[in-house]
Amino acid sequence: MRSWDDNKNMIKVHNLIKSYQSGAGELVVLKNIGFSVRRGEFLAITGRSGSGKSTLLYQLGLLDFPNSGKIFIDGLETSTLSGQERTAMRLLELGYIFQDYALLPSLSALENVMIPLLMQGMSPKDAKIKAMRALDRVGLGDKLVNLPSQLSGGQQQRVSIARAIGHDPKIIFADEPTANLDSETSKVVLDAFLDLHRQGQTIVMVTHEPEYAAVADRVITLSDGVIHTVEERRAGL
Amino acid sequence: MRASFMDSINLKDDRARLIGHNGTTRHSWFRELKTSLRVGFFLALRDLRRANIWTTILIIFVMFITFLNLVVIGGILVGLIEGSVVAINTRYSGDLIVSPLRNKTYIENSQDLVKFARGMPWVTALTTRYIQGAKIEANYKTKLRETDITDSAGSLVAGIDPIAEDGVTGISHKLIEGEYLNADDFDKILIGADLLFKYTPIDTPSFRTLEHVGAGTKVRLIVNGTTREVTIKGVLKSKVGEVDQRIFMIDTQLRQLIGRSDYNVDEIAMRLKAGTDPILVKRILTEAGFARVAKLQTSEEAQPKFLNDIKLTFELLGNVIGTIGLAVASITIFIVIFVNAITRRKFIGIMKGIGITATAIQFSYILQAMFYGILGIGLGSAFVFGFLQPFIAAHPINFPFSDGILVATLGGTLWRVGLLLGATIIAGYIPARIVVRQNTLDAILGR
Repeated sequence: MRSWDDNKNMIKVHNLIKSYQSGAGELVVLKNIGFSVRRGEFLAITGRSGSGKSTLLYQLGLLDFPNSGKIFIDGLETSTLSGQERTAMRLLELGYIFQDYALLPSLSALENVMIPLLMQGMSPKDAKIKAMRALDRVGLGDKLVNLPSQLSGGQQQRVSIARAIGHDPKIIFADEPTANLDSETSKVVLDAFLDLHRQGQTIVMVTHEPEYAAVADRVITLSDGVIHTVEERRAGL
Repeated sequence: MRASFMDSINLKDDRARLIGHNGTTRHSWFRELKTSLRVGFFLALRDLRRANIWTTILIIFVMFITFLNLVVIGGILVGLIEGSVVAINTRYSGDLIVSPLRNKTYIENSQDLVKFARGMPWVTALTTRYIQGAKIEANYKTKLRETDITDSAGSLVAGIDPIAEDGVTGISHKLIEGEYLNADDFDKILIGADLLFKYTPIDTPSFRTLEHVGAGTKVRLIVNGTTREVTIKGVLKSKVGEVDQRIFMIDTQLRQLIGRSDYNVDEIAMRLKAGTDPILVKRILTEAGFARVAKLQTSEEAQPKFLNDIKLTFELLGNVIGTIGLAVASITIFIVIFVNAITRRKFIGIMKGIGITATAIQFSYILQAMFYGILGIGLGSAFVFGFLQPFIAAHPINFPFSDGILVATLGGTLWRVGLLLGATIIAGYIPARIVVRQNTLDAILGR
C-alpha cells in the first residue's frame, strides 16, 4: 500500500549520510541529505568538485552503500535489499550513464545495448530489436556493428544512453555525461536527455557545468556535502 | 508526515517486483541460471572472437601440450611394458600356453591334448616344443691349451617343428642374421641374440655370452651329455627372453639327442581365432581333464608378475608427470584469466553496475577457459588418435627390452579429458570470482 506522496515521488532520500575513512580520519561526504525526485522530473545535481554530487549519485544508483539514512526508489526502501536484489534493481529499474561512457570494448554498439536486455531474460531476437530501436532513438541506427573504438566520444556517449534507456528504466542516472565531450557534442547528448524527458522519463543528472544544469526542471546545488540551494527551472537549451 | 510516508510502504509487495532476479523461488533460480549462462556465453563468444589471435593460439597450444603430457607420457611408459606383454603373446606363448606341472619334467599324454586342441574350432595354429637344458661352446678350435676355459654359455634348447612354430609365433620374421630353419635342417640351430656377446655385451660368471659367433659359425652343443657340432643358421632377436635366450633346433634331432622315445612335449603354444576369449578355451581344456596333467595358462596369466608391477609403477609415474603438467596448465589458464579479468576489472564493474549478475560474468570466464580446454583437448585427441598412436603402432619405439607402443585407452583418455576440463574450469572460475567479488564502485572507478 502506497501513500499519495509515494505515488508522486520516484525517489525519496531521507537523512542520507556517507563518509569515507581517509588518512586524516573520517571524511563525511554527504551530511544528512534529504530530498525527493518527482516522477518524470529532470533533476540536475551540481556543485563544485568535491561537493559530493557524484557520491550522492552512486548512493541513488545503488552502486554504493550509505552509512545511514534511507533511499526509496519507487516506494522500495533500498537499504534492506541484498546485493542480488540491488543488482536486479539496477538491471530492471535503473539506467546508468557514466562520465567515460563505460562501454564494453569487445562488444559492438548493438551488443552493448543488448546485454542488459538479455540479462533480463529477453530472447536474443527481441533484445536485438529493442536495442536497435534504442540506438535509433539516439540517432545511431547506422552504427550498430561499430565497436566503441570505432565511434567518436559523442557517439559512444549516445550508445551509453541507448544502453541506459533500452530496458525502459524508471530512472536514468547520468554522471557528468558531457564532461568528456566538446560543446557541440554535449548539446547533442543533452538534446537526447531532453527528448527522453519529454517522453516522461525521470532523469537525475550530475554536472558541474551550470549551463547544462539549466536544462533540468530543478537544480540541486551541493556544497560540502549539504544541499546548498534548490532551484526550480523550466528552461531548455 | 515523513514517518507516515515511510511506514506506509509495503516492502514485501514492492520487493516482489524483483523476483526472478534474486533467487527467491526454485523456478526463478533456474531461470536466473539459464539467463546467466546465456549472457555468459554471449560475452565469452564476443571476447574470444575479438581476442588477440596469437594469445588464443598460445593458450590453446599450452592446453594441447598438456593433453599430450597427460595422455602420451603415461601412454608410452605403459606402452613399454605393454609392448613386452604383446611380444610375449605374439612371439612366445601364443594366446594359450601349456607347460608341465610343477613336479613333472614334461606334459603327460601330450599327444591327447594336442589332438584335442587341434580339434577345437577356435585354435588356428598350434606348436609343440621339447625343452632341454644345454650348453653351447664356441671358439674351441682356437683354444691354445687344454686347460684354457672354453668360451661357453648355458641355455635351453627347444626342439620345434619350424613350420608349426612359425605359424604360432612368427619368429622367422625376427631373424637378425642368417636364415630360418627348414624341417630337414639337421645339425643346424637358431640362436637367441642374448647368448651372443655382440648383441648382448654381458660377460659375468653367472651369465656368459659367446664372442665372435654369428650365422654360419660352428659351435658345440652339449645336451644330456651328448656333444654335437652344429652350425648356427640364424640369430633371433625378438625382445622376449624366452626366445632370445634359447637355442632352437628341429624337434626330431633334439628327441634323438635327449633320447626321448615318446612324444610327450614340454610346451604347447596355441594361437586362437581373433576375438576368442582364451579363458573359454582354457575352461574347455580344463573340463576335458587336461589341467590334471599340465599347467594351462592364458598369455596374460603366463606373464611374469614383475611386468604387471612395472606397468602399474609406470602408470603411476605417468600420472605424476601428467599431474605436474596439469598443474602447470591450470596455473597458465589461471594467470591468463586472472590477468584478463584484472585488466578488465573496470568493465566487470560496469557490467555489475548495469545489472549483469556475478554468475553471468563468471560463466563468461569459465566458458572462455572451457573453449581453450576443449580446443586443446580436441586437437590433442586428433593428434594422438589420428596420427601418433597409429604411427607408433606402425613404427614401434625401439627399446632394448620391448617395442614400445602408445597405450591410450578410451576410458583412460576420457578420464584425463575430464580431469583437464575440470582443472580448466576451476582455473577459469577462481580468478573470475576474485575479481567479480570486488566492490562494484571501486572497480568502476579503478580504486
